[in-house]
Amino acid sequence: MATSSTNIPSAGPIVGSRSFLSRIREGDEIARLITFLFAASVVLITVLLVYQLWTNSVLPRHKFGLHFLVTSVWDPIMEQYGALPFIYGTLVTSAVALFIAVPLGIGAAIFLAELAPPRISDTLQFLIDLLAAVPSVIYGLLGVFIIVPLMRTVIYPALNHPLGFLPIFKGPSYGVGFLTAGMVLAIMVIPYIISVSREVLLSVPRDQREAALALGSTRWESTWQVVVPFAKTGIMGSIFLAMARALGETMAVTMVIGNSPRISASLFAPGDSIASVIANQFTEATDDLYLQSLIGLGLVLFLLTFILNGLARLLIVVTTQKGSGIAT
Amino acid sequence: MLTLTGVCALISVSVLFLILGYLVYNGGTSINWAFFTQLPKPVGETGGGMANAIVGTAKLLLTASLFGVPIGFFGGIYLAEFSGGATASIVRYSADLLNGVPSIVIGIFAYAMVVLPFKHFSTLAGAFALGLMMIPITLRSTEEFLNGVPRMLREGAMALGASKTRTIATVIVPAAYRGILTAILLALARVAGETAPLLFTAFGNRYWSEGWFQPTASLPVVIFNYAVSPYEDWHRQAWAAGLVLLGLVLIINILARTILSRGIAVPRS
Repeated sequence: MATSSTNIPSAGPIVGSRSFLSRIREGDEIARLITFLFAASVVLITVLLVYQLWTNSVLPRHKFGLHFLVTSVWDPIMEQYGALPFIYGTLVTSAVALFIAVPLGIGAAIFLAELAPPRISDTLQFLIDLLAAVPSVIYGLLGVFIIVPLMRTVIYPALNHPLGFLPIFKGPSYGVGFLTAGMVLAIMVIPYIISVSREVLLSVPRDQREAALALGSTRWESTWQVVVPFAKTGIMGSIFLAMARALGETMAVTMVIGNSPRISASLFAPGDSIASVIANQFTEATDDLYLQSLIGLGLVLFLLTFILNGLARLLIVVTTQKGSGIAT
Repeated sequence: MLTLTGVCALISVSVLFLILGYLVYNGGTSINWAFFTQLPKPVGETGGGMANAIVGTAKLLLTASLFGVPIGFFGGIYLAEFSGGATASIVRYSADLLNGVPSIVIGIFAYAMVVLPFKHFSTLAGAFALGLMMIPITLRSTEEFLNGVPRMLREGAMALGASKTRTIATVIVPAAYRGILTAILLALARVAGETAPLLFTAFGNRYWSEGWFQPTASLPVVIFNYAVSPYEDWHRQAWAAGLVLLGLVLIINILARTILSRGIAVPRS
């Protein structure tokens, strides 16, 4: 070994004090180069993805400009393409999903992190992780054969009779529609909210809880008034993460939303989301403008999830760091 | 209020058992030997199976792993062992970004990269899309598990005069292999059920696929097509396929988690 210096490496990655030549002979430089190429290809792929989305949606951008985002006509025969009904459908279904999933998910996370004994908490978390692994097409299958009939026979009458005067519960129901899609999405995103929120709640330092209990608060008061506010930002992060999932979800939504590019106030009405219109029409798109309009929709979806994911990551990092900062 | 949170947890978990129960009930009654061995019958005839879709899914997963796992694995080694600073954070950021891309957008990307140049839907294009989705999961977990290997092991190997490459290959990676294997299995389980990226890459096929450059059937896409079809017999087969797919995904998941929970075979002191 051509080790000339005698310093003992004590911290940080061990950088060879050997000469460059001997490192090449032992293959270290080659290994570094090879692994670097693999790592760099990840960056390359990501850049290519953005580039392909951008260059393959140039036609609608030139023809419609920003009007693409705010027109509601989607007519392949007249060659008019507007993304508004799909953006509306995507946002409405995600909102419905979060409306159902957030209270349930956060409630369950509080139970798992604060109240359940560790054994039960871990077992339940294991089951919830499995739930997160169920493929979306399976949720779609169950949506088509369980939730759609359930919607027609039970949920629609239950909501339409007492609340039919509200515009969101007006009109006939076909079983498929925004509400059905939102419900399937809610079932899908609950595991994400639970997993991340539980993690964040568990990272709240012990002394915060003990201080609250020592001041005479009940278990619930310490949880609700001390622990949850402490973890607030991280929980927000989990909600954003769930929303990004819901926005981008394709199969389950496509199977139950009804696939009709209209904007309706009623949640019972059939609609369409960005992902579902791409899934349904991509292989039918015959001319370039049609295809590129669909890819343009893909770009819009990409940007939406990009922003939400970024925000989510920021919030989760901020909270967990706050926890570890005080704990030390 | 406390009981209420318990109820929330109970509702969320019972959904899993509802799904499982309903699938087993509906799928179990429609699954038979022909399902695994026969090709789909022409539209309108009852019977037949999905042998081609099962083989198609296996082919797609295998090819996807051949493409996605090496990039993730070696990229992860680079992040954990060779790099630091700006390059590493760019790679990490790209991986996280890629992980958040909706699967349908991955499908569009694979369409633009593979289907358009070859002018043909193909098994290869589908595998490319699925492989892309495996990269970020494999990469980040390889990095994480390599970083978890105790410093002592590294220093011990270096002190014995091993080069860095040798240390990585014979000490560090073996010490972390359980975790990495788990991550790869989880990535595989995740893409096994993906439908959206296959719709316009692998497309679908009612016969055996005639090679890597031809479209192929796959379980998730068949489930989608059959579930939204108007035929009673196809619905029955969709349930059977759903049961097979869910079984596959859950088994891989449970397997992966047991491998990990057996512990990383590295003494901590």
